[in-house]
Amino acid sequence: MGRDLFGIVVSDTPQAMVVFDDVTFAYEGRSAVHRLSGAFVEGSLTAIVGPNGAGKTTVMKGMAGLLRPATGSMRQQPAVRNGGIAYLPQHSEIDRRFPISVIETVLLGHWRRIGWAHPVTRELQQRAQVALAAVGLQGFERRLVETLSAGQFQRVLFARAITQDARLILLDEPFAAVDWRTGEDLLCLIASWHREGRTVAAVLHDLDQVRAWFPETLLLACQCVAWGATREVLTPQNLRRAQSLSAELPDPSDSIIREQMVWSAGARDLESLLSPSLPRPHSEQS
Amino acid sequence: MVLYDLALGPFAEFGFMRRALAGCLALSLGCGPIGTFLVIRRMSLMGDALSHAVLPGAALGFIVGGLSWPAMSLGGMAAGLAVALLSGLVTRLTPLREDASFAAFYLISLALGVLLVSTHGSNIDLLHLLFGSILAIDGATLVLIGGVASISLLLLAVIYRPLVLECFDPGFLRASGGGGGLVHALFLALVVLNLVAGFQALGTLMAVGLMMLPAAAARFWARNLWSLSAVSSTLALVSGFLGLLLSYHLDVPSGPSIVLLAGLAYCGSVLLGPRDSLRALYLQRRLAAA
Repeated sequence: MGRDLFGIVVSDTPQAMVVFDDVTFAYEGRSAVHRLSGAFVEGSLTAIVGPNGAGKTTVMKGMAGLLRPATGSMRQQPAVRNGGIAYLPQHSEIDRRFPISVIETVLLGHWRRIGWAHPVTRELQQRAQVALAAVGLQGFERRLVETLSAGQFQRVLFARAITQDARLILLDEPFAAVDWRTGEDLLCLIASWHREGRTVAAVLHDLDQVRAWFPETLLLACQCVAWGATREVLTPQNLRRAQSLSAELPDPSDSIIREQMVWSAGARDLESLLSPSLPRPHSEQS
Repeated sequence: MVLYDLALGPFAEFGFMRRALAGCLALSLGCGPIGTFLVIRRMSLMGDALSHAVLPGAALGFIVGGLSWPAMSLGGMAAGLAVALLSGLVTRLTPLREDASFAAFYLISLALGVLLVSTHGSNIDLLHLLFGSILAIDGATLVLIGGVASISLLLLAVIYRPLVLECFDPGFLRASGGGGGLVHALFLALVVLNLVAGFQALGTLMAVGLMMLPAAAARFWARNLWSLSAVSSTLALVSGFLGLLLSYHLDVPSGPSIVLLAGLAYCGSVLLGPRDSLRALYLQRRLAAA
């Protein structure tokens, strides 16, 4: 038995939540992620990093079951399918001006239990209230979501993920549009999911954040550059390799992943990947 | 007594006016919530496209059965559903966006309809088809309109929750089991049903007016889904009532009268409604400046 960064006892033969076996994801015949093999272990907390267009979102969609592998096979533990997956996409299709209240949005997390017609019991309502309190939004129940700031809305989506009570939680750039304070609060929430033994994978850009909070990292550049303990993955060699691989990425005009290929942002992204920085002391994690 | 003669007399005196009013009531009940969803989903023009798409079916019914509303209704329903289905298929199978594929099919449909009617009937009949006639609402038609309203409200109650989720966050619905496509298709079928029910009193071109104008106006009065629906149903009913009176007293077609009054309600709401109207925004700015 060992202990991970958070002092959680990890069994020596942990069960894999999601296994990739030589998986290639492709859009319109072009490979976006090439021959990925590896596993997200149950209870792991993994950051997925890499330059823009590296296939981070693609892997997320694959795990969420929204994209089938072109070749290879992806297996999920039955518990994943039964408990459902909480997936927060980066560019969600959410209509933020839809007239729906905060508490109703959080209650949607119970979808697997309520579906089209099952009643929303008092217990389910209470769980939604608790989730809302956990993200610091007590008293916002009756507010319409169109009145919320970007940070508050992201908190609501996290509250919905709490009510989903899923064993596998996928977050695609969850802090891209939120203020610093919200980011910190939500990181604490992610850490608490980790403590509860849930499997969490998050696409992130801030490598300092990854080093401080995420025990495991998957470094992508259209293929797996490195996957394992964050310290061993985020080395200068690996980051340089990711950069050189991403330099071979095709022209953005025939983009593999249209929504992700923002080339000017890509340059900035690579700089941050290459600037080595010290990990934050772990005392900040509480 | 003048007021009675103006407002209630026509309904007390004539059966067709009573039937038309009952038809308007039924239409308002169905169109209120459906129009609200169309406005919220930014699908206002989709309703417009579908209302035009109904024409060739109605024309075919007209050719087969003469000026018989049940035949024309069935034809119209078939044509509307076909256009909705074909557009949906093209949207799903090709990168063409939904609004463009709807526009393509409704234009084809409208041209076909006008051609059919012009080769097979006099222009008076075409005008009846396009603009409706309150005289046309007989007992059978009233039953049909009432049936459509009842089915609409029942089906809306069944698909309400997934429809809300499909509008608000379709990705979430897809990731948690799907069903969005089915709900979307059922909703479009409801739109077609209500347009067909409406075109007998209002005509194919005007039917969508009773659906969209009150729903767009409601945006300036209410905020929640249920209150938006209630306000738009009420506005539709009031427009129907006053429009019928206008049509009766001035001897003008009922469809345009009703839709014009709904348009008046819309303009009034944009100017004076309590929420986000020009008046409200002006007051807000004055408050901010003070």
